[in-house]
Amino acid sequence: MATDKTADNADDALSTESADVMRYESAWQRVRRSWSVRIGGCVLLVLLFIAVAAPWLGTVDPTLFDAGSRDLKPGQPGEIITLDGDTIKHTFIMGSDSFGRDIYSRVIYGTRVSLVVGAFSAVVALAFGIVLGLVSGYIRWLDGPLMRVMDGVMAIPAILIAIALVAMFRASLLSVIIAIAIPEIPRVTRLVRSLVLTIREEPYVEAAVSLGTPTWKIMFSHILPNTVAPLLVQGTYICAFGILVEAILSFLGVGLPPDIPTWGNIMSEGRSQFVTFPHNVFFPGLFLAATVLAVNILGDGLRDTLDPKMARRA
Amino acid sequence: MLATIPVLAIVAVLVFLMLRLTPGDPAAILAGDAANTEQIAKIREGLGLDRPLIVQFGIWARDIVSGDLGESFYFKMKVTALIGQRLEATLSLATLTILFAVSTAVPLGVLAAWRFGGWFDRMLMGFSVMGFSIPVFVLAYILIWVVSLKLGWLPVQGYKPISEGFWPFLRHLILPSITLAVIYVALIARVTRASVLEALGEDYIRTARAKGLPESRVLIRHALANAAIPIVTVIGIGIGLLIGGVVVTESVYAIPGLGRLTVDAVLARDFPTIQGVILFFSVVYVVVNLLVDLSYVFFDPRIRY
Repeated sequence: MATDKTADNADDALSTESADVMRYESAWQRVRRSWSVRIGGCVLLVLLFIAVAAPWLGTVDPTLFDAGSRDLKPGQPGEIITLDGDTIKHTFIMGSDSFGRDIYSRVIYGTRVSLVVGAFSAVVALAFGIVLGLVSGYIRWLDGPLMRVMDGVMAIPAILIAIALVAMFRASLLSVIIAIAIPEIPRVTRLVRSLVLTIREEPYVEAAVSLGTPTWKIMFSHILPNTVAPLLVQGTYICAFGILVEAILSFLGVGLPPDIPTWGNIMSEGRSQFVTFPHNVFFPGLFLAATVLAVNILGDGLRDTLDPKMARRA
Repeated sequence: MLATIPVLAIVAVLVFLMLRLTPGDPAAILAGDAANTEQIAKIREGLGLDRPLIVQFGIWARDIVSGDLGESFYFKMKVTALIGQRLEATLSLATLTILFAVSTAVPLGVLAAWRFGGWFDRMLMGFSVMGFSIPVFVLAYILIWVVSLKLGWLPVQGYKPISEGFWPFLRHLILPSITLAVIYVALIARVTRASVLEALGEDYIRTARAKGLPESRVLIRHALANAAIPIVTVIGIGIGLLIGGVVVTESVYAIPGLGRLTVDAVLARDFPTIQGVILFFSVVYVVVNLLVDLSYVFFDPRIRY
């Protein structure tokens, strides 16, 4: 990190001495200099660390419960029975829920579900959106029908699609991810399609066509690389949305089964006792809000640095 | 504009397929765990589920067009009647939210654009990112905790129909609509700012200032009036977000509206109700956006349909 810093300073020194206009800055350098990317990225790295290192952060198994340790206030000591049947002493930093489960452990383990759902719903939505967008931008006769279907999907509010699909498929990690990704596919498709339609008119594509390059090769080696920046930005927003919707589904009781520790499930369990034990709702809520905020800030930073055209529109 | 009809038709097909092509047999659910195969088959026949898919869709579509959304498995009444019963609460909540959001967001956006890059602008942009990120239900609980539990100013939850008096009705809706409005304010303020900012760069603004118009008139009559179209557009698109928010908000505040109905129907796996409510919400969304398109004529006389 230290060497990076000096390199950055050297760069800055150079740019003030020589002509600014001449200096070419790579996209990566611009991204790294953005404060939004730095802050959002750091918070996400911390969360990633929490998710990976969950078992070693002073947690107990998040499914463990103890009838004697029900409804503890944050910071109270108590006992918990391990899977082997031993009773161990445990301090409930964030209190316990009405089953006597440790909220801290559940919140920490909940990070895993949120990050996985966020990341994979973005990947799934992007993958389908890219394929459909390329098809609709290149195969003209399919464009009309495909885009009308997309209009139809977009006319149904996203959360309703997710709720209905999860209800039909019975919630599992996979079905939740797919249910969140499906309403996002039309937006990605539209974006890719519009990029394809613009890029295919560029001189370098024309040049490739005149050289007899096959269509699939033009798609993958000339057009797709130029869609990376806007798609990356879109992907971060889908990720933030995915984390939010997963929490909403769990909170409403239609998401992942209640014994799986997710932030939404913890809040859903805590809501009936909210008046006396507000921490059951607030601790996971805090993590959820912070995570979504970090992803959104990262997305804004990427948009401002990678995709200036879009930044001006927003 | 005519495109609205095919979109609605596609929505109908999607809603129909969404619930028919997924695993889980509605007849088995309706029959309960104790039923044997014969009973299930009988129920299936009664519901017409043994007919070919296309025939089922035909019947369903014909019923929809004649205003029949079927009968709820769980509530044992017509879905249209069920929606009618729950409509008042949701409509009141949504109207109040939109009024509140538009009346705060537009002035905030204009001010931010006017003082572009200043502290107010940066604060608003910061707030807007937070508004997008804070989950509706987390915000709801923070507000309940502070306003209702600590300060005791407003009721914690519940709903009073307007027929029981305007003040009790309003009191119960203040917190839910503020909760719901936050993300909407963030969205509208952001677009207002960008749109007014663009208008402020135009030559006619310089002209208006040069002829000595007061700044307020320049901002409202000249900048905002010309920036209106993106703003009304985003208000229309935001209805989608609002509908999503209604589902969550009504659950937290125990408001017996369409959002609550959706969740209850999903938990009970009540297919006709789920279909009906989703279709209803989608039609509202499409129609609102159609009205928004039509309103362009009013904001920009150059546009003709």
